[in-house]
Amino acid sequence: MRVPGRGLTQDARLVPFTFDGKGHAGRDGDTLASALMGEGVRLVARSFKYHRPRGVLSAGSEEPNALVTVEGVPNTRATVQEIWDGMSARSQNAWPSLAIDAMGVNDLLDPFLGAGFYYKTFMWPRTLWERLYEPVIRRAAGLGRLSGHADDAPFEKAWAHCDLLVIGAGPAGLMAALVAARAGADVILADEGARMGGRLLAEVDPVEGRAPHLWADGVVAELREMPNVRLLPRTTVTGAYDGGTYGALERVGLHRAPVAHRPVECFWRIVAKRAVLAAGAIERPLAFPDNDRPGVMLAGSVRTYLNRWGVVPGPRIAVYGNNDDAHRTARDLAAAGLKVAALIDTRGEARIEEAGFPVMTGARVVGTRGRLGLAAVTVEGVGGRREFEVDGLAVSGGWSPAVHLTCHLGGKPAWDERLQAFLPREGAVPGLVACGAANGVFSTAGCLRDGLRAAGESLEALGLAVPPVEVPEAEGEAGTVGPFVLASGGRQFVDFQNDVTVKDIRLSAQEGFQSVEHMKRYTTLGMATDQGKTSNVPALAVLAEALGSPVASTGTTTFRPPYTPVSISAMGAGGQGVGFAPQRLTTSHQAALQRGAPMIEAGLWYRPSYFPRPGELSWRQACDREVAMVRHSVGVCDVSTLGKIDVQGPDAAAFLDFVYSNTMSTLPVGKVRYGLMLREDGFVMDDGTCARLGLQHYVVTTTTAAAAQVMRHLDFVAQVLRPDFDVQCVSVTEQWAQVSIAGPWSREMVQAVVEADLSDERLPYMGCAEAAVLGVPGRVFRISFSGERAYEIAVPARYGASLWRLLVAQAESLGGGAYGLEALNVLRIEKGFITHAEIHGRTTAFDIGMERMVAKGKDCVGWASSRRPGLLDENREQLVGLRPLVRTGQITAGAHLYGRDAAAMRENGQGYVTSACWSPTFETALGLGFLKGGRARHGEVVRLVDAMRAVETLVEVTEPVFLDPEGGRMRG
Amino acid sequence: MRVACPFCGDRDRREFTVQGDDTSLRRPGRDAGPLAWHDYVHLRDNPAGRLHEIWHHDPCGAWVVVERDTVTHAVHGVTLAREAAR
Ligand SMILES: [Zn+2]
Repeated sequence: MRVPGRGLTQDARLVPFTFDGKGHAGRDGDTLASALMGEGVRLVARSFKYHRPRGVLSAGSEEPNALVTVEGVPNTRATVQEIWDGMSARSQNAWPSLAIDAMGVNDLLDPFLGAGFYYKTFMWPRTLWERLYEPVIRRAAGLGRLSGHADDAPFEKAWAHCDLLVIGAGPAGLMAALVAARAGADVILADEGARMGGRLLAEVDPVEGRAPHLWADGVVAELREMPNVRLLPRTTVTGAYDGGTYGALERVGLHRAPVAHRPVECFWRIVAKRAVLAAGAIERPLAFPDNDRPGVMLAGSVRTYLNRWGVVPGPRIAVYGNNDDAHRTARDLAAAGLKVAALIDTRGEARIEEAGFPVMTGARVVGTRGRLGLAAVTVEGVGGRREFEVDGLAVSGGWSPAVHLTCHLGGKPAWDERLQAFLPREGAVPGLVACGAANGVFSTAGCLRDGLRAAGESLEALGLAVPPVEVPEAEGEAGTVGPFVLASGGRQFVDFQNDVTVKDIRLSAQEGFQSVEHMKRYTTLGMATDQGKTSNVPALAVLAEALGSPVASTGTTTFRPPYTPVSISAMGAGGQGVGFAPQRLTTSHQAALQRGAPMIEAGLWYRPSYFPRPGELSWRQACDREVAMVRHSVGVCDVSTLGKIDVQGPDAAAFLDFVYSNTMSTLPVGKVRYGLMLREDGFVMDDGTCARLGLQHYVVTTTTAAAAQVMRHLDFVAQVLRPDFDVQCVSVTEQWAQVSIAGPWSREMVQAVVEADLSDERLPYMGCAEAAVLGVPGRVFRISFSGERAYEIAVPARYGASLWRLLVAQAESLGGGAYGLEALNVLRIEKGFITHAEIHGRTTAFDIGMERMVAKGKDCVGWASSRRPGLLDENREQLVGLRPLVRTGQITAGAHLYGRDAAAMRENGQGYVTSACWSPTFETALGLGFLKGGRARHGEVVRLVDAMRAVETLVEVTEPVFLDPEGGRMRG
Repeated sequence: MRVACPFCGDRDRREFTVQGDDTSLRRPGRDAGPLAWHDYVHLRDNPAGRLHEIWHHDPCGAWVVVERDTVTHAVHGVTLAREAAR
């Protein structure tokens, strides 16, 4: 109900919204919780396990009960969600309705559903788990439902840097931010709430002689005008990480009607030189039988709803607490003209001024009544039992400082017996200072002073002077708190979200789960989405009592990020779809697309798969044609994606001798040599070509896949292993477009564009030259990856597209054309050339038949390791060719090899297939693979089995080179 | 976490590639024997505390030696590997 004359939003316009399909109206600035309370709605949810009716407990993000689904987003806390015009919210966990919930029967099963229920009941028989137990449990228990669809709403992420991050904009945080801002520090002030001010918006005790929210508004207005201050309202700092990095979640669109492209939330990574934690404190409930009926609320929250939003759960409210702060709630309610049924204080010694309402000290609430909402409370005091008819009960078990962030780097908080609370340990997060209620300082005046202190310490560390600031006059009484009290019997809830009771915790202790961490896992306490913000300390008190030990030695709980749930969509913003990874395109990309080539991803690169022609029905037809083109006329292929590294310097030759297993210093200028790089453990890292353009100038190529790794490796060798070499390496992959022209007519075609003598005498196989290409300074290499006569022409990247178009047009006039990655692969398998399918990180030079390329007379990376006997064992798996005995036989990459008559079992494994293709040249399937002792087994027949694809083929082991083993076609 | 590249200044750790401890600064000679090479290639200390590591700053290509505390993740110093190797 609304309370006339109360609240900061009295003049706000009305905002219509629906809850479970029913129309309501709230005020602009209301949360869903305050709006529903204003409308007289107390029942908002059903609990997780027992499906008990639940209402709003708190007024903040710690809320365990009031979880609703807003516009399809489950587990939204009604206490945080602001209402907007037309918003639709639904209750969760109830069927058919909140008032009549079929699963409420679980509540009657309580004796069977206690702690450890799942572990004890569903142990046996195991087979019933999948079919019976799990589906039933999943239907009965749970928190909201997922849509099952991908989240296509927009999310955002952002980074920020600052001198000082102030977390929380209550009295301490505002004071700290104001002081730091006036000192000239670059300040970010983040606060969970829509309106900054924290408890100053919820109290009536004046600050600087006026209503506290007016002081807050004044400070916020000053901060907003300052260029060195960024205000982040609706932003929860969720985690503290290394190096002064903080994660924060900003609600950008959740509080208003969705608009296309406006992010729902934004996940911030804030790097702060210093931080002030002014996150306040969280009130905890007291345990008593049936303490979860709708209408039972935290006392401080009742005050918040009354003073900030002008709403209460009903006209008659009792207040029950173990501390002085609870008395303020009774005072404010009475001042607003509401009926305070009773103020019940557990402490016998509590002093209470004449108040105009019944006061009971040394008393306890021992029971409640009311089916879907609180109707009455029973109190046991000095004079016996007495029942009060009420609509609400304001409960306070004291306040727990929000120390969570100080524990995120492993720090444990310290128990303070006087405050009955955990306090942050100094220095637990380097650079972060806690102050105000988060630091156990509970009076407003104390918070303001502590904020000033925290700012001062931070400014000193930043090397900035503290400006003169006057601390405003404010209420200075923090009051005292008594111990956590327990009642006996009944259902006393501690963790409302996971339905964990006092009895469950006692049972846990009794059954031997006595460490806090064991108790939590056994009872699931604190493991729901609220992470036990309101329940951790009460649970610890119950456990301490059960074990007969003081709270201090019973343990602490572990707080891990995030402080409040963070949607995966926000953390992963930008992490899907186009734009997530950079796209690397060759200069001929557009031209290839125009010819209808489907693209295939090779790392970040996009390469044409094949170039379809009219009448071709499958990629295979196109691929076969392209292979035949290269074998019989000429083909053109953009090979710019191969890594290209320019190596120069007086020691370039010695450097490459050290990097390659073979010798490059003896390579004459104008020649190219195939090279093998090893890792230091003796296995092959990469292969490629090395061209010598000058005495001190080489250009080396890498495979497309390993380009970045090889570049980093060359830097590593030059800077770490051999800083004595005078050599420079730089990647020029993007600077040069490179096109391969392969086939019997390649020389004629290349000669038409390159202004150099391409005769076999001047440019023999493995020759290279710098030459003008149609007037553009370029390079020509006579190298082949197909087994045919072939040339690669390199031109500065800006000429790549025109060169490619020109060459393809010429090739087409000769009966050839462009070829793609599929044909490239077939051509190289036919010729037995290897790729990273073969040099996959577990093969040595010896395995691929290149041990002679590990030069004996020099040191190189991997030399010593490559000599290990185990890497030279004749029985190792060695590269072989594979050809089916019959033409219809299939070969698939990934298939395993067995002896002809051996069973296809792991124990009989002889090797595996790394590459396979249909060879149009030989009209058979061909494969490359590794076979134990394979080099000595050419001619043998082995069995190829691919269990995944149900392929079984008898294959002949051959030389890995199928086409032209003597190399006459390449050399010409 | 940020690492101060001697060329580029304070940079986010995502810009770096870590190679492990700085053993590679002490590469044995070619003929040092199997034990020395086994040690060099495979064995690494794993101290709780300060450790010298080799990091690569991917944007500029510098290999650097980072002195880092494996417990607190604090970075205590960064030098060019080229200088440390001499
Ligand atoms: Zn750098």
